[in-house]
Amino acid sequence: MKVHEYQAKAILSQYGVPTPEGFPAFSVKEALDAAKKLAGNAWVVKAQIHAGGRGKGGGVKLAKSMQEVEQIADSMLGMKLVTPQTGGEGRIVKRLLVEEGADIRAEYYAGLVVDRVSQRVVLIGSSEGGTEIEEVAKDAPERINRVTIDPGCGLTERDALDLAEKMGIPGHARKPASDIFMSLYRAFVEKDAMLLEVNPLILDGKGRLLALDAKFNFDDNALFRHPEITALRDLDEEDPAEIEASRFGLSYISLDGDIGCLVNGAGLAMATMDIVKLYGASPANFLDVGGGASVEKVTEAFKLMLANPKVKVILVNIFGGIMKCDVIAEGVVAAARQVSLNVPLVVRLEGTNVELGKKILAESGLPIISANTMMDAARRAVEASRGC
Amino acid sequence: MSILVDRNTRVMTQGMTGKTGMFHTIQCKHYANGKECFVAGVTPGKGGQHFEGIPVYDTVKEAKEKTGANVSVIYVPPPFAAAAILEAVDAELDLVICITEGIPVHDMINVRYRMKEKKTLLIGPNCPGIITPDEVKIGIMPGHIHKKGKIGVVSRSGTLTYEAVGQLMEVGLGQSTCVGIGGDPVNGMKHVDVMKLFNEDPETEAVIMVGEIGGNDEEICSRWIRENMKKPVVGFIAGLTAPPGKRMGHAGAIISGGEGGAEEKLAVMEECGIKVTRNPSEIGRLLKSVL
Repeated sequence: MKVHEYQAKAILSQYGVPTPEGFPAFSVKEALDAAKKLAGNAWVVKAQIHAGGRGKGGGVKLAKSMQEVEQIADSMLGMKLVTPQTGGEGRIVKRLLVEEGADIRAEYYAGLVVDRVSQRVVLIGSSEGGTEIEEVAKDAPERINRVTIDPGCGLTERDALDLAEKMGIPGHARKPASDIFMSLYRAFVEKDAMLLEVNPLILDGKGRLLALDAKFNFDDNALFRHPEITALRDLDEEDPAEIEASRFGLSYISLDGDIGCLVNGAGLAMATMDIVKLYGASPANFLDVGGGASVEKVTEAFKLMLANPKVKVILVNIFGGIMKCDVIAEGVVAAARQVSLNVPLVVRLEGTNVELGKKILAESGLPIISANTMMDAARRAVEASRGC
Repeated sequence: MSILVDRNTRVMTQGMTGKTGMFHTIQCKHYANGKECFVAGVTPGKGGQHFEGIPVYDTVKEAKEKTGANVSVIYVPPPFAAAAILEAVDAELDLVICITEGIPVHDMINVRYRMKEKKTLLIGPNCPGIITPDEVKIGIMPGHIHKKGKIGVVSRSGTLTYEAVGQLMEVGLGQSTCVGIGGDPVNGMKHVDVMKLFNEDPETEAVIMVGEIGGNDEEICSRWIRENMKKPVVGFIAGLTAPPGKRMGHAGAIISGGEGGAEEKLAVMEECGIKVTRNPSEIGRLLKSVL
């Protein structure tokens, strides 16, 4: 689960990480009120969306007067912000963060991730703040410093100080930097995070370190023990189809193509998308109905796929294991009737009770195109999408 | 022969009295030598009861002492699954197979840390389990689609593994052992760990390696294969069409920061002498062609 920058910063503040003074704003008036509460004579207005690269799309602006705060807030709220990470459709800005302007003297990068190879948390620090860390990793890998953290003792002060030095943080700021790193690690573990990035971590004119931006992604599997994180969820930032799917225990992701895919199991679902592509078409979605696909779940899955106007064909690919093919077939027939299906339906069933399943499909009277293998199914679906 | 489990394996089910644990324990018991293999269940507070003729114990330690079980399979719900794995590790079982899906990743980091220097091997979590056809099935895979043979299968996915097995059967090939290592980023045995065992198993003649986007387990395994593997390996990677930054069902199946893409993985595999296919319908035939 992702949260907004202002929410991430609020969590970091609780852990003693210094951040600029600032307030979220949902309206122009709130933006002005926020600016009035802040000292200084420059303010930064930042669009709050769950995607990076906001500066490049005009989502971060400096205001030097109250009038400018008002103008910027007015134009930013409701705007469609397109960044390298939002895709072409962009995001509508509904929340702002108004902060005191910062006097930036140096920019660093600090991030924590779960590393699959060491199976531990890794702290990454770099002198190259304010840019995409992936770019730095590619162009100047020697400027990326990694500390693999022992889960037993946590991040030690020695390792944290050492990292600060390698990042080129000046001597007087190394102790505060190491305190920040240790706080970040504590927040990362205690909040069950998957990713935490402070980019940039800045050194200001007074020699202070500040987390100027913050990105926090949390482990969905651990939200059961973090109601305080769940409360931060912003449904406006999520695909409505994906929200609807999650209500029914379906794993769904919208894609750009025109072949709706309904599959059991994530690996087989990806493989089904791949084979559709191999035959020259594109999948409209990733959809894993999971192991316990009931008639209700299959019906909801059909509704989701058909709500997408781009879908020209539905391809069902089920390898029945514990989930029996006859049960799936009944679900497919019931769902097709209930949603009054108006696109061709290709079904490939394999596994437990496959013959019974095929018989149910054949006797349903529905115009179902039956396929024997994945390849056969993909070919027929692609043909049907082209009206062949 | 086979790897990790066979007819002589003695299994306890942790979380046996729950709905999932109950259902699958019955299925496994009715498969091949299951009646002899499934000897105990563990559910705290339900010790002394019997289920389908299998005695239930309060702790793993007790179940091991009373029945000699050396392997456990876990169906415990996610919030308690990590503790269940650690209980089995502390009781010094040989192998733990964790089926549970949805365990917090930080719990697994802690589990892997506590497993250091311990003898117990872990398969999973979030996996279908392991089967040595016609001997023992430990997990949720459909037993009847398998038959005994000489092909090893190792995979991060569930149903895609069944698909690969189904294709093997179509070309008349049975399996030595099939291992589903699971779709989580922090887990037990990786592709390479299972590959080493297949390499040493005299009955295994060739191996199918099914991977998916995310991480670099397949790359690590491929490089090991290039240097050490004495048997042919064929591979498939799911997720060629997956967009970056989107988690494809499995917690581990995500392309991030330019890493973990299917094309990159396939390139490394080919470079290391592994025959790969981009067509998931061709896995069985490809394997047959290298024998």
